Amino acid sequence: MKWKVPSWGLLVILLAAGAVLQLAIHLEVINAYWALVVTYMCIAVISSLGLGIIYGFSGQFALGHAAFMGLGAYTAALITRYMGVAPWTFAIALVGGALLAGGVAWLVGLPILRLRSDYLGIATLGFGIIVRVLFENSDKVIPVTAGARGMTGIEQPDFVFLWAFLLLLGAIIVARNLRFSSPGRALLSIREDETAANLMGVDVVRYKTIAFVLGCSYAGLAGGLYAHTFLFLHPSNFDFIKSFDPLLIVVLGGLGSITGTVVAGTAWVAVLEGLRLVLPGEVLEWRYVIYPVLLIAMMLTRPQGLFGTSEAAILRPREAEAPAAPALATEVTADGTHP
Amino acid sequence: MTYVLQQLLNGIQLGFVYALIALGYTMVYGIVRLINFAHGDVFMVGAFVGYFTLRALARVTLAGASWLNGILLFLLAMLAAMAACTLLNVTIERIAYKPLRNAPRIAALITAIGVSLFLEYFSSLKFVFGPNYITFPSPLPAQTWEVAGLRISAIQVLIAVVATLLLLGLNYIIRYTKIGKAMRATAFDRDAARLMGINVDLTISFTFGLGAALAGAGGVLYVSAYPRVHTFMGIIPGLKAFTAAVMGGIGSLPGAFVGALIMGVAEVTAKSLYSTMADGVAFLILILVLLVKPSGIFGRAEVEKV
Repeated sequence: MKWKVPSWGLLVILLAAGAVLQLAIHLEVINAYWALVVTYMCIAVISSLGLGIIYGFSGQFALGHAAFMGLGAYTAALITRYMGVAPWTFAIALVGGALLAGGVAWLVGLPILRLRSDYLGIATLGFGIIVRVLFENSDKVIPVTAGARGMTGIEQPDFVFLWAFLLLLGAIIVARNLRFSSPGRALLSIREDETAANLMGVDVVRYKTIAFVLGCSYAGLAGGLYAHTFLFLHPSNFDFIKSFDPLLIVVLGGLGSITGTVVAGTAWVAVLEGLRLVLPGEVLEWRYVIYPVLLIAMMLTRPQGLFGTSEAAILRPREAEAPAAPALATEVTADGTHP
Repeated sequence: MTYVLQQLLNGIQLGFVYALIALGYTMVYGIVRLINFAHGDVFMVGAFVGYFTLRALARVTLAGASWLNGILLFLLAMLAAMAACTLLNVTIERIAYKPLRNAPRIAALITAIGVSLFLEYFSSLKFVFGPNYITFPSPLPAQTWEVAGLRISAIQVLIAVVATLLLLGLNYIIRYTKIGKAMRATAFDRDAARLMGINVDLTISFTFGLGAALAGAGGVLYVSAYPRVHTFMGIIPGLKAFTAAVMGGIGSLPGAFVGALIMGVAEVTAKSLYSTMADGVAFLILILVLLVKPSGIFGRAEVEKV
């Protein structure tokens, strides 16, 4: 996997935009609530990009994403609890959270990734519930987590939004480089047809594990950011229901499309928060009535997601770099198999 | 020993209710390969319809003896719930799933999640069912009998009898009626079934309706035993029932039944031993079963043709 940045110019512009936004938050031009919202956008997209690698790229129907996010969140929160929230300890905490989530994913993945399609989905969903139950009982081993009462006393590091934003850019670049590299093509071939990929010499088990571990590390990283943005962790924040959120985002954006995931993730948070703004207080409980209606309407009108499998031009490799790229842009199969 | 048997009995009681939900999941999955996440919420609607029917009939006396009266009222509430759920699920299928029958499978799954959220939050609105917990009035007197040291409640007998009759009825429909044959044929090969002159759309609608009727009955039975009705009550039983269906081998009816009994017994046993871990144990069993037999206990391993 060669390190390539899609466009240096755009990257500089984005970095500047992130810095300006952070400055606006710091000077309270943007109030604390909306600062949380934009930070959460970054977190939701990072986590969804992770599921995009697992499900969108390699086609593994995993429904335990929230659990890995929770593992990252609790790990990072515990690390900063004992080491403080200086930038370098915060970095250690985030890396620690991502590594732990990835490590657990590897251990769990060894046996569980043999399962296919819906069986994999329900097994990972079950794993997610087991992890939530463990969080609820975690105070018996680590009293600080406070189990089912929820963990408090997490300190906020400086410039959390900027951290989330920079890590999001990094996450996009890594996912994009993976997508157009040789391992990435191996993952896509597994998604399209596992048997054929195997026959063509792709080490299916190895690549599925790589995708699962990397995707779950994304979730762990997002979890670490989540813990230090909201400063309160409760097992119900990482319940199996929450695993559907990144799934919705990945499917709404278009399976395997990084562009789609970024757009859908941002829009998803924006719609949920926007409804809160638009609806007057007395009908606020309609928020979660309107949201599923939008979701169903969206799926009925565009079942392949916003972007299908296509990428924005900026994320596509230039012709000279990857001559094989156009051949990969196959449409999602419609014959009832999991794409 | 008595304690173990008592837990087993309580577990089977729960397992029967799970079986009624699990069968709906597994039938729908068998015929359209869709994990119908909204099924648990149909079960919730059934419980509410049962509650409102019983409340409306509170002053009605159908028979002289209070026992007979209670049973008759209960059956009426259950029939109302079954009818309402059938109507609801058939409507959902027509609006939300049918247009997606030839789309990627994940699109229908996301729609199912949407329908599930819609049912939960729409019914939480004040003018629908409301967001509060409601106590379900027990249709039967709180009678228990001692048999060989085991305590058996009237509700347990009712659940066992009603669930068994429903399961026998289902078995009859699927094995010995024309529509049952059509269901099996459609589940086996939809295109071939259509070529043989089977009305596939009608058969699929019937399957959704049949599954929902069982879920509705399950809902009323569930709240008779655990008398708390609220709009999010369907999520966890629905999930457990689905897990049971997967454990038994999804698409297999006896598998769903056996899986549901295992889930019920496992849950009750785990609760009696260590209550806060109970939810985890059931899913641990699921993962272990799948690792040994990746297509479930009664599931056939699908041979992939190359």
